Amino acid sequence: MKPEWQEWASQAKAEFPQANSALMPLMHRIQLVEGWLSDETIQDIADLMGVTVQYVESVASFYSLFHREPVGKRVIHVCVGLSCALAGSDELMHNLEKRLHIKEGQTTADGAYTLLEAECLAACDKAPMTQIDLRFVGPIRPEDVDTLLNKEVPS
Amino acid sequence: MTQHYLLRNRDVQDIDQFDVYEANGGYAAMKQAFETFKPEELVAMVKKSGLRGRGGAGFPTGMKWGFLPKDGRSRYLVVNSDEAEPGTFKDRELIEENPHQLIEGIIISSYATEASEAYIYCRGEFRRGAEQLKRAVKEAYDHGYLGTNILGTGFSLELKVYRGAGAYICGEESALLESLEGKRGNPRLKPPFPAVAGLYGGPTVVNNVETICNLPPLVTYGAEWYTSMGTDKSPGLKIMSVSGRVKRPGNYEIPLGTPLRTLIEEYAGGLLPGHTVKAVIPGGSSVPLLMPDQLDTPLDYESIVKAGSMLGSGGCIVLDEQVCIVGATARLVKFYREESCGKCTPCREGTYWMTDVLDRVEMGKGEPRDLEVLADVADNIAGKCFCPLGDASLGVLVSALKHFRHEFEAHVAEHTCPMGARLYDTVNH
Ligand SMILES: Cc1cc2nc3c(=O)[nH]c(=O)nc-3n(C[C@H](O)[C@H](O)[C@H](O)COP(=O)(O)O)c2cc1C
Ligand code: SF4
Ligand code: FES
Repeated sequence: MKPEWQEWASQAKAEFPQANSALMPLMHRIQLVEGWLSDETIQDIADLMGVTVQYVESVASFYSLFHREPVGKRVIHVCVGLSCALAGSDELMHNLEKRLHIKEGQTTADGAYTLLEAECLAACDKAPMTQIDLRFVGPIRPEDVDTLLNKEVPS
Repeated sequence: MTQHYLLRNRDVQDIDQFDVYEANGGYAAMKQAFETFKPEELVAMVKKSGLRGRGGAGFPTGMKWGFLPKDGRSRYLVVNSDEAEPGTFKDRELIEENPHQLIEGIIISSYATEASEAYIYCRGEFRRGAEQLKRAVKEAYDHGYLGTNILGTGFSLELKVYRGAGAYICGEESALLESLEGKRGNPRLKPPFPAVAGLYGGPTVVNNVETICNLPPLVTYGAEWYTSMGTDKSPGLKIMSVSGRVKRPGNYEIPLGTPLRTLIEEYAGGLLPGHTVKAVIPGGSSVPLLMPDQLDTPLDYESIVKAGSMLGSGGCIVLDEQVCIVGATARLVKFYREESCGKCTPCREGTYWMTDVLDRVEMGKGEPRDLEVLADVADNIAGKCFCPLGDASLGVLVSALKHFRHEFEAHVAEHTCPMGARLYDTVNH
């Protein structure tokens, strides 16, 4: 457990009438620095929140943005919703897989990228849409894989 | 084009900044509401305006506010910013580009409903949206528009931004409240409705972002202004998100009752050159298709229902003659498979099964009986699920089977996609 987590937990709990509401804000805050939520981190969060490990695990597993496996330095989400699919999202995903030598859901061997599919990102007017670390990048044409990979986004 | 009311960010640069918002009349409606309305008068005004919820169901907002029991318990206002219905992208623009408008709407709505705590439940993927909201909320606190005894009125309001973490079902109001309480986002049994037992068991109003953004202009211009637009039962303005095979995809603010054809041809610039409409999904991925001979349907709640579909969230996806209906349907049903919360069997297993069959048919590996299987599974989902998500997975599928049965059959008979869709094995597995 990092020393500051205790403080973060108290801050989050103070924000809500009921302490349980602090759970997801705390998980978000910790994941933002750690990148993912390891078993050990889940245990720490359970201790900080005064709930069981199983409870934290059950919440973490419900939400797609909580990572229970290590992720790369940059997490790429490719929207594969209908409007993006009509604009070539599947080909974009295919090209990314080839370029990064991984399949959707995997992380490159050098730990640089994790490639994930996203459901409609509410940006269908700029299809095909992607996100890097939850920052919108798009539209990205299927052939513009390198534009996406080289894109700088605020941390 | 006409003046914007909800999408004023299109006309005023940097309106997301506090100073610019205020210099352009921002927060004047809030002050006017405090000075000239008692809370119950505001509720009456909203009832009179006929404003209906923009989250999908179109429930009259004033009536919803009126359901709050008068039992002295403290009330909550929860703003639904979980926008994730495929094809819908209006709330994201509203929170990213004009967060103060939403906050002003929240202050007015909380004053009207006598809520002392409000939450914005912001979709987890909206990282910038949450940042914009948090910054704007802090600015509103700094200027004394939030907090204790706002502007000496005696009215106090705490407002917090809460981030979801990737789950469409958390847009459903009772699942949203579960999530806000730090739990898995499984829907709750209703009744009791949130008005009676919502957040932490307290009386709670849940409203959509766009609904609440109507409040500042409503206070400024009045209920008569609102009812002067749209139809009798669907008055006022609606933001339609148009995407798919059109020239100018985007959000358009229209008076309700505007014909679908006008939205597609005038606002969105028509179809891509040389193409024709095959079908339109008028109100987000959950609603049945409208056909080319229905393009004159007015976009208001009643007319679209009469035409066999729904206005829903206002996410309008336009399909042209090149789009494979089987592929499009497969993609949408797969969305519901991914997003089913798993609580009840017909939805959890049915969406899985339908996606499997649709993929098989799209790849040319379907059998004649697959179409019966689809109809049968759909029938076993319809009306048999715990929350509306199960039924939502059927809107496009059932209407596609009705209007484009020949296209499904051709996939099976020709053992390939007759539209020549390029298929990748990357998605869906
Ligand atoms: C599966 C499902 C997803 C929903 N998603 C949203 C959403 O993202 N945003 C929203 O405002 N309402 C959504 N709703 C509707 C809400 O349950 C609720 O009716 C709405 O937030 C009420 O606000 P309104 O009366 O202002 O429309 C969803 C409903 C269902 C069943
Ligand atoms: S219908 Fe689907 S989303 Fe709704 S409760 Fe059942 S499994 Fe969950
Ligand atoms: S379908 Fe990709 S952003 Fe909506």
